[in-house]
Amino acid sequence: MIDHFPAIQVALPMIAAAVVVIVRNPLVSHLIATGVAWISAVIAWTLLQSVLASGPISYQLGGWAPPTGIEYYIDPLNAFVLFLVSGIAAVVFPFAGASVAAEVDENKHHLFYACLLLCLTGMLGITITGDAFNIFVFLEITSLSSYALIAMGRDRRALSASFNYLVLGTLGGTAILIGVGLLLMQTGTLNIADLHMRLEGAHAASKTVLVALAFLTVGSSLKIALFPLHAWLPNAYAHAPSAVTALIAATSTKVSLYVLMRFIFTLFGTAVVFDVFQLQRVLLPLAVIGMFVGSLVAIYQTNIKRMLAYSSLAQIGYMVLGISLVNESGLAGSIVHMFNHAVIKGGLFMVMAAVVLRTGSADLSAMRGLAKRMPLTYLGFVIGGLGLIGVPLTAGFISKWYLVLGAIQNGMWLIVAMILLSSLLAVIYVWRVVEVGFFEEPDPEAPEIKEAPLSMLIPTWIMLGASLFFGVMTDTTAGVALEAARQLMGAP
Amino acid sequence: MKDHDILRVTAKALIPLIFLFGLYVQFHGDFGPGGGFQAGVIFAAAIILYALIFGLDEAKAVVPPRVLEIIASLGVLLYAGVGVVTMIKGGTFLAYNALDPAHPTHGQHVGILLVELGVGLTVTAVMCAIFFAFAERGRRT
Repeated sequence: MIDHFPAIQVALPMIAAAVVVIVRNPLVSHLIATGVAWISAVIAWTLLQSVLASGPISYQLGGWAPPTGIEYYIDPLNAFVLFLVSGIAAVVFPFAGASVAAEVDENKHHLFYACLLLCLTGMLGITITGDAFNIFVFLEITSLSSYALIAMGRDRRALSASFNYLVLGTLGGTAILIGVGLLLMQTGTLNIADLHMRLEGAHAASKTVLVALAFLTVGSSLKIALFPLHAWLPNAYAHAPSAVTALIAATSTKVSLYVLMRFIFTLFGTAVVFDVFQLQRVLLPLAVIGMFVGSLVAIYQTNIKRMLAYSSLAQIGYMVLGISLVNESGLAGSIVHMFNHAVIKGGLFMVMAAVVLRTGSADLSAMRGLAKRMPLTYLGFVIGGLGLIGVPLTAGFISKWYLVLGAIQNGMWLIVAMILLSSLLAVIYVWRVVEVGFFEEPDPEAPEIKEAPLSMLIPTWIMLGASLFFGVMTDTTAGVALEAARQLMGAP
Repeated sequence: MKDHDILRVTAKALIPLIFLFGLYVQFHGDFGPGGGFQAGVIFAAAIILYALIFGLDEAKAVVPPRVLEIIASLGVLLYAGVGVVTMIKGGTFLAYNALDPAHPTHGQHVGILLVELGVGLTVTAVMCAIFFAFAERGRRT
């Protein structure tokens, strides 16, 4: 049984998606989706422990040995991302019920959960596979289901947001496909490990490889929403159904970032990317600009879902910065920030889902005096906000610690200053929300607002509790991230 | 368009042949060009032709959207189901050899036939669903 876990990890949510469409009942669909997400998380946890204890796992689909067949290859990095994705899904899926019932048409609920499960299938597939073309296939599954999910938002703006994402996402997907095609042309193989071996020799510095690297970097950067390729992100996050935003904001960009790491470190190798082609010279400035532009624009947003979306843009900057520092600490900071930011931003968007459910709006003006009406929800926003800033004892601090450490190792003191400065910008936009909620009086004519239902509060607090827990107990997250970074940098 | 005699008669004559050709492409796929995707599109083309000539409502009476949803899901389940069976029989996911350990080649035939049938079902249903979705635009508003 345990030998088949890699296949079950991907196949189970896919089968469940088909079953949900046949069943059609909203409640049963929700239960199936939740159950599957929980099983996925258990499987991912087992795989992670197994990889850490006894080394990488290889699973041959269809019994065809790599490099001919499709191989699922799990090392500490993707075992960690698998656990991240399925763990977030396990918390967000049960949470989705109340929010979806309020925001999505009843006769679309079964299709909604089917899309949610397909999105999960795609993200787990991208992460687990060791085959470059297979990454593209799963990327399309994830993207197509995300477009449908975003389009199910409450008003018509969701449609244009989804269409924008569709156009840009397709461009990104096509760029990745062209990159993979060029590599196939150069080497005649699609298996990532095999590609790496063949690229080491005389091919390494050829024009074809350079162009392939360019296409793959641009394609995954579009999906990551790295500045200046982020145009689709704010509207998609702001207008999607709240539960979808929580899932996509927490996982989708992280999986794309994982793809970029996989391409850079495992497929091409650090020697080709950083020594021959000097990719860090492009990534580093873009990451730093992203950190500042994201935070600065976030300060001026009045829609809080949009504000959090721009803050994501800044946080993505930190993650790409970690890659472009080209040392173990920086990369570990980047990997651990994927996890920590997923937990923090997932929690914050869940808080916003509760606010939207009760007030019907994500606008700052609707949150006046809300701390008195929804104290538990609002306290959640404070905890998440502290994590976003990177206050010690929250998860956000751990990742920034490793990033700063990485920058110091390179002697880049300017970068250290910029990380600290952009964290101060986060204080401003988090404070605006806190101020409105705690220190302004609620509109006297506004209808009475109740605290969020328990089915939303409990998952939200599990997520935010995790952001505190992993800020103190760093063995699981930072420990695994360091191990993954060591293998990525050290691997020849 | 059903008051055009030529169109109606030609369509009625062609639709069974299109279905027949679809079946040929579907099941001859492991020996010649073809397979589930192509056959699925051919099947859907027959249904879409029917809808064009006899109207959307008539076509929906033949294949209601709810049935299309179920067929699309069943195709996926058939595909994944083959994978599950091969895992239970001791192979990896979709290792057709495990379907008939005594005659691995026979197992491969059965496996590819079932998987392609799953693809054919899903493609037919999804093509029709997409056509219906577009054809319905503007009718409800």
